[in-house]
Amino acid sequence: MVYKLVWENLKHRPVRTLLSSLAIGLGVTMMLTLVGVGEGMLREQEARTRGVGADIIIRPSGSSVIGIAPPNINEKLVAWVLEQPHVAQSTGVVIYPLGGVSTVHGVDFEELTKMSGGFTFLSGRPFKDAQEAIIDEYFAKEKKLKAGSTVKILNRDWIVSGIFRGGKLTRMMLPKKILQDVTATTGKVSVIYVKLDDLSKSAEVITHLKKTLPDYPIYSMDELASQFSVNSVPELKTFIGVVISLSVLFGFLVVFLAMYTAILERTREIGILKALGAGQGYVLGILLRETILLAVIGSAFGIGMSYVTQWMIATFIPASMTQAIVYEWWPIASGITLGGALLGVFYPAIKASRQDALESLSYD
Amino acid sequence: MTKPIIGIRDLRKTFRSGEVDVHALRGVDLAVERGEFLAVVGPSGSGKSTLFHILGGLTPPTAGTVMIDGQDLMKMSDSDRTRLRKTSVGFVFQKYNLLPTLTVGDNIKIARDIAHVKGPLDKQFLEVLDALGITDKMDRKPRQLSGGEQQRVAIARSIVNHPAILLADEPTGNLDTENSTAVLGLLRDLNKRLGQTILMITHNPDAAAYADRVVHMRDGQLHAA
Ligand SMILES: Nc1ncnc2c1ncn2[C@@H]1O[C@H](COP(=O)(O)OP(=O)(O)OP(=O)(O)O)[C@@H](O)[C@H]1O
Ligand SMILES: [Mg+2]
Repeated sequence: MVYKLVWENLKHRPVRTLLSSLAIGLGVTMMLTLVGVGEGMLREQEARTRGVGADIIIRPSGSSVIGIAPPNINEKLVAWVLEQPHVAQSTGVVIYPLGGVSTVHGVDFEELTKMSGGFTFLSGRPFKDAQEAIIDEYFAKEKKLKAGSTVKILNRDWIVSGIFRGGKLTRMMLPKKILQDVTATTGKVSVIYVKLDDLSKSAEVITHLKKTLPDYPIYSMDELASQFSVNSVPELKTFIGVVISLSVLFGFLVVFLAMYTAILERTREIGILKALGAGQGYVLGILLRETILLAVIGSAFGIGMSYVTQWMIATFIPASMTQAIVYEWWPIASGITLGGALLGVFYPAIKASRQDALESLSYD
Repeated sequence: MTKPIIGIRDLRKTFRSGEVDVHALRGVDLAVERGEFLAVVGPSGSGKSTLFHILGGLTPPTAGTVMIDGQDLMKMSDSDRTRLRKTSVGFVFQKYNLLPTLTVGDNIKIARDIAHVKGPLDKQFLEVLDALGITDKMDRKPRQLSGGEQQRVAIARSIVNHPAILLADEPTGNLDTENSTAVLGLLRDLNKRLGQTILMITHNPDAAAYADRVVHMRDGQLHAA
């Protein structure tokens, strides 16, 4: 019966109900989108790294697990690694930062093709030993590029020779030699990818490599993949914390305002209920349930809107961002929002439940 | 003689509004028998509503003795008065006071819900509904009803939990003659058929004539007619 009253009250003011639940939902969307983008980009990056087909990765000394690897490994090391037991292939890649989080990779196309099991070209062809670039379909879509287009990288024009199916290392690759020339890093690489002839020897090989190259972070692919998590990106964790706080504040303010005005509007109704014998608990229960219902509707909106942001990201900036739908966060985000909402209803509900029955009935 | 259902001795109520004390009730004495239909008349501001609000547990008395159905109101806490409203008293107001967002049926159901009464409506109450002529209006919202119809719904709601006393504060104050007659007839019917104890405030001598007994309120005191 109380639910009926609550529901009728929500229906009675549809605009208030719609706007408050949308505003509540916005907090949920913020959280889900942020977590989804973090998760999506990490998964994407993991998938692309795995797409290289390597079993072991050697990064420059002093570099962290994730993050930019400066090109300061001597390229001679690539050949040396290849001579070690159980190593089937090795290839060096130059990563050059373009400012912000974007980078450009210089690769040896032949070696990478062999290691990764081959590229699929959607249009065009691999680059030649010239100022040419290959890009994946997401980058092409976002930047509206076709085979034959020109891109400006490091103040030079590069011809897009072909568009490959994504999921391999990165979105844009240049010939390694040319990139080394342009950036004055000849003879240097950022990362060495290593493929073994027998995967079960991975630990053994890593131990051996580490002995000879003690300063270099060396990981198996599985070790590296496990590092692609929110926990290893402290900035992301901080940011998620900020957005959670904002969402709680949001839910609090919206519900405080909505419920505060609601009880002012419903003084008479509350008086009637009290005259019928409703105690403080009954009145409190009505407002709490109304708040919970608003939060539930809001969360549903918020989850729905997170699909909209996912679509927008996939449509307009597919290369810069990927948003995953992280189901585990649905109850978390909804719960956080509900928490804010319950904080918001606290004062109005106490005020309403303590309201004098007579005062409101003699209201005109 | 049986014990009266309402026994009031030297009841006083003083409101403090700002710096001045308003003595709304100045020593009220009254005994109401079970099954009685009593009318209270008197000039505006004489304290009629205040008396009802005390009897209905909406506000505490300042001094005196008030017994309702064996319960001493002087000794009651806020939550005791809430329970009194829930179980022992039914209110009918001049302004109907139905919940606007609920249908007629739900307005009645919520009174049961508040009193934790479950199960189907009893036969006696269904007969009352029939007599009130609102059985076919259960799905309507209050604003879709005339004033007379709304007041009949309010009466139905007030007695659904079988209160010991029904307090009606100018129940016909907003109604035209025809609707007034109908509502008064229904109250008398409830009183005669079910033995419902009713106290009714009215300004109208014709309305007061429906009651078994009429008392006058003047300056916070009651006088026999
Ligand atoms: N909450 C209150 N605070 C202060 N004074 C009050 C309050 N309620 C009632 N009074 C005063 O108590 C007196 C009695 O009021 P009451 O409402 O009982 O009169 P009444 O007989 O019902 O009048 P009416 O016929 O106009 O309804 C009046 O002087 C009124 O102003
Ligand atoms: Mg009055």
